[in-house]
Amino acid sequence: MTQTLSVPATETKRKPVVRRRREMTYAVYLVPSGVLFVAIILVPFLMNIGISLTRWDGIGRPQWIGLENYTRLLSDGEFWASFEHNIALVIAMAIIPAAIGLVLAAVLFDIIAKRFGPRTASILRACIYLPQVLPFAVAGIVWSWMLAPDNGALNETLKKVGLGSLREDWLGDPKLALYTVMGVMVWVQIGFPLIVFMAGLQRVDPSLYEAAEIDGASWWRRFWYITIPQIRPELYVVLLICSVAALKSFDKVYILTNGGPGNATRVPAYYSWQNFFEKTQVGYGAAIATVMTLIIVVLTAVLLRRQSKAEEDGS
Amino acid sequence: MTSVTVRRRTPGSYALLVSLIVLAVVMLLPFVIIAFNAIKSPAEYSSHGPLSPPKSLYLQGLKDFWERVDFGGKLLNSLIISGSVAVLAVILSVLNAYALGIGRVRGRVSIMVIFLLANTMPQEVLVYPLYFFSKKVGLYDTRLSVIIIFTAIQSAFGTYLLSSVLSAFPREILEAARMDGAGRLRILWRIIVPISRPTLGVLFVFFFIWTWNEFFLPLVFLISNENQTVPVALGVLQGQKMMDATMTSASALLGIIPAIVFFLIFQRTLTRGITVGSVK
Repeated sequence: MTQTLSVPATETKRKPVVRRRREMTYAVYLVPSGVLFVAIILVPFLMNIGISLTRWDGIGRPQWIGLENYTRLLSDGEFWASFEHNIALVIAMAIIPAAIGLVLAAVLFDIIAKRFGPRTASILRACIYLPQVLPFAVAGIVWSWMLAPDNGALNETLKKVGLGSLREDWLGDPKLALYTVMGVMVWVQIGFPLIVFMAGLQRVDPSLYEAAEIDGASWWRRFWYITIPQIRPELYVVLLICSVAALKSFDKVYILTNGGPGNATRVPAYYSWQNFFEKTQVGYGAAIATVMTLIIVVLTAVLLRRQSKAEEDGS
Repeated sequence: MTSVTVRRRTPGSYALLVSLIVLAVVMLLPFVIIAFNAIKSPAEYSSHGPLSPPKSLYLQGLKDFWERVDFGGKLLNSLIISGSVAVLAVILSVLNAYALGIGRVRGRVSIMVIFLLANTMPQEVLVYPLYFFSKKVGLYDTRLSVIIIFTAIQSAFGTYLLSSVLSAFPREILEAARMDGAGRLRILWRIIVPISRPTLGVLFVFFFIWTWNEFFLPLVFLISNENQTVPVALGVLQGQKMMDATMTSASALLGIIPAIVFFLIFQRTLTRGITVGSVK
């Protein structure tokens, strides 16, 4: 990777030899990481694409089948169902938390911190952020126990307050499981946008709000016409990071539901893992992983472009 | 916090405060319930249910669980893996960022984008070839395999972040050092590293916690009991559904405690880090 570096045309005219030597001595620092990168990321990535063009059980010889895995993927209803579940997770992990986080950040920053002191605001912020620091494996154990059908904490609470008829098998009912997982994900996620937005709000010029206030703009108008436009770069960063995390969800599904009941909560990451290690259809699993990567790269490119545009407009 | 008008605590603002406190309590409730039940005896649990506060302190459940899964060993594995990854990945990120951010080697933007993409791609696209190779070279089911893999993944992100931070590094300082006859390695070690220490600290904390929380690759690579990390050990047990209610909450509590400790130690660094990471 470092060997292909060359010198820009204008600089070449000026001091070709010195400049090139300078480049080379700096390029040396890329070597350790370059070797690691090629071995751990580049070669495995290319191999995965290669494997996705074969039929392979992981032990014998891979058999070349061209694009057959991909055409199979297109007509595989189970894959598309898993993809729909993934979109549900993007809503639960990116869109809903970003919307709630935006309002919460504005309220904490603008109302609570100013009237009840910044300490109150930062304690509340810390409480809401706390679930973010847990390994999901642990958060998942907490919730699958709280949501257990018999004497789980949620059903017990419902019984205690006289709403016993609302008791459900939250994670075991195919109609409910996906919504339950979504609810847990909102609990896990809202702290992240909150922190990013509150940091972003400190960047906003207070005179904007003061001017609007003097002009008699209501809180909602100020939120809508000042806060949201000003915080747009952060909004894109949050949507990008959270959507990518949602598309990569494996641990959530593995711990909470094992993809079930039936296939009601299976996502592509889980489906590819199943094909790799349970069904030993390695080629098909590799094709699913490649398609996932493609979707994530496209989404990242779109959101990064929008974000840099938002930054240009903002400055 | 500068304002022209005096902020009054209207009834509306009290209502908002109360509803936010309710939200904070809802967010914390699972932690409280887990803590309650982790210190209840099975008898008390079955007679009073999960919601009642504990009547006496019963630590046998925690102790049994600790011994049964060798939790100390799992903590040590997690510490070794996350600590090594954080140190190694910070070192590699600094070396890369020195070449890209300060040295401005040709093609640096493309290199940074490639590193960012490498960090964004799903681990599923790497897992089978890595699994296959690690078996070939005898690294499968070792902590070293996970350390090597995550060092590559985390330093990819670190390179991206640190390169943009270092490209804003004051040039005069570098020039002055060069005048004094300092070589490249010396400038890196004696000037750039000390001055960027806050950012490096943020990266270290992030790499440590991210690696600590990882589940997918450690689940695939650490199959034997004595190599497992805390999340993998707990996740696998949970999957087997072999625990009773008090033991489940004991396991959850033991998983929560290290996370809370890191949270309390690193809270400032974490919030500062998110600002560095997001607005850069």
